[in-house]
Amino acid sequence: MGTEPTSAAAVTSVPTDPGRAADQALRARRTKVRRRRVSTFWTYVALIVGAVLVLFPLYVLVVDSLLSPSQLAANPPKLLPTSPQWSNYTKLFHDYGFGRYIRNSVIQTAIIVSAQLVTSVLAGYAFVFLRFPLRRTLFVVVLATVMIPFEVTVTANFNIIRDLGWQGNFAGLTVPFLATGIGIFLMRQAFLQIPKELREAAVIDGYGPMAFLWRIAIPLTRPVIAALGVISFLGAWNQYLWPSLIADNAPGIATIQIGLQRITGSSDTAGIELAGGVVALLPLAILLFFFRKTLIRSLTAGAVK
Amino acid sequence: MRLARIKEAGLGYLLILPAMAIFGVFTFYPFVYNLNLAAHRTAPYPGLPSKFVGYHQFASTVTSPAFFDSLKSTAIFVVIAVPIGIFAGLALAVFANQKLRGSSIFQVIFSSTAVTSVAVASVIFITILNPSNGLMQWLGINTAPGISQSPSWAIEAIGGIQAWQFMGFAFLIMIAGLQSLPEEVIEAARIDGASTWRVFWRVIVPLMSPTILFAVVIGTITALQSFGTINFLIGYQQVAYTHTNVLINYIYDEIYYNRQFGVAACLAIALFLITLVVTVLQFRVLERRVHYGN
Repeated sequence: MGTEPTSAAAVTSVPTDPGRAADQALRARRTKVRRRRVSTFWTYVALIVGAVLVLFPLYVLVVDSLLSPSQLAANPPKLLPTSPQWSNYTKLFHDYGFGRYIRNSVIQTAIIVSAQLVTSVLAGYAFVFLRFPLRRTLFVVVLATVMIPFEVTVTANFNIIRDLGWQGNFAGLTVPFLATGIGIFLMRQAFLQIPKELREAAVIDGYGPMAFLWRIAIPLTRPVIAALGVISFLGAWNQYLWPSLIADNAPGIATIQIGLQRITGSSDTAGIELAGGVVALLPLAILLFFFRKTLIRSLTAGAVK
Repeated sequence: MRLARIKEAGLGYLLILPAMAIFGVFTFYPFVYNLNLAAHRTAPYPGLPSKFVGYHQFASTVTSPAFFDSLKSTAIFVVIAVPIGIFAGLALAVFANQKLRGSSIFQVIFSSTAVTSVAVASVIFITILNPSNGLMQWLGINTAPGISQSPSWAIEAIGGIQAWQFMGFAFLIMIAGLQSLPEEVIEAARIDGASTWRVFWRVIVPLMSPTILFAVVIGTITALQSFGTINFLIGYQQVAYTHTNVLINYIYDEIYYNRQFGVAACLAIALFLITLVVTVLQFRVLERRVHYGN
């Protein structure tokens, strides 16, 4: 269905007396202003209630990460860090070697993000600006990978990585994720927006295909590339299933998410685990703060089209 | 001229080669390899040859009581997580999309759960659900003897955690959708004096239906593959295990603990088929109600 039939009659009905009409119009506007003010008030109420519901668990994370084991065991639970204990954070790095988990997560994420950007840009560009036999068929093949989720091939992939001898190293952790169908799709859509005349003009100016990609196509699609970077950063940093299979008995490559799971859930370590949660969440919170608009724009491109 | 054509085609293949090689080795080959795994019973000891059993392993896996328990848990989990996450995400997006002071701060807050990893979410909710002094306990909701020991509510709680996490992503999708709606239509309905509630149900929801469909499909696929919270909060073979062992967790445990790759492969095929059927059904049912603007 479309919109409600508008009550046009109410707007266009012509009053007979001009003075009364003006008076009526004024009164109508006043009620409208008042109504808007009231609705603004209720909107803020709704926003604040929503924010409390969303933030409360995160608030608990931050506050409890600053509590000592005895404070954590207090009943009723403490909701304010009256005497913040930074010891959870120092223990996290000293006793639990969290620095190494962070290093591993950074390496893993850097490899995946940069590789996904390169493979997506190159393939997306080829599918738009280069002619070669079977181009359409091969693009359908790329789309088909989106239909096969990684979880479905995880058993076979685990065996493949084991047979390759990559279990417990960074190759095993990252190589299956170096290309993504969605990334190629997004980049193709972005390159399609570039007018063909621009390419023709560039050819006349003596630009080869790679020069055109580097000097014109990439600069023009920078916002989409940034969005893709944010999306793949999120995905890589938060990976759980694959690292927990591949980093098993391999502390050298265990990521933050796995590190969190390794800090056992006893009451003594609860605060340390929560501190680890804060450390794991921090880079993403910063990323979200700066790239919210980019993320939303990329979703408009993907979801609505 | 001919040479230029060949050079162009060569460059094209060269540029798609890296991606295609990855897809070939880690998506398509494993997909076929998985079928082969499913047709063989894994040997009890490593090194022994596995035995070809054809479709029998698949048949016995998908008719086992454990599989039915798993299906039931998966269904409860998805039915709780997806609708709550989508409704909350849409409602928050409608409020946060208005041009008010501070609305960008609210947008950051509402999307924050989308960047929270399963491990971080698990750490948070372990604390909140702690049976001795967690906040739930304090609010008068009894969480004893702890989530991993409580088959009566464990999967519902985990569905709720997934809803909380998915809500942030749903919010991002919804606000992206809202920002591409024609503002005049909503404004016109408001001027006509329609209440916020009416505007929401009669104008915004119908106009947003393509975005909602997208969110339902993505949300369901994500929920069917969501594994971390259960692995983290319940663990292997705890009291609540048979009630929380959703399909993806079942696959993981068959690989990790039991090394039954054949069974895991059969479960993966089942999960793939279920995802496919559910997605197609959602498109069929919801597409009829979806309003695509022209």
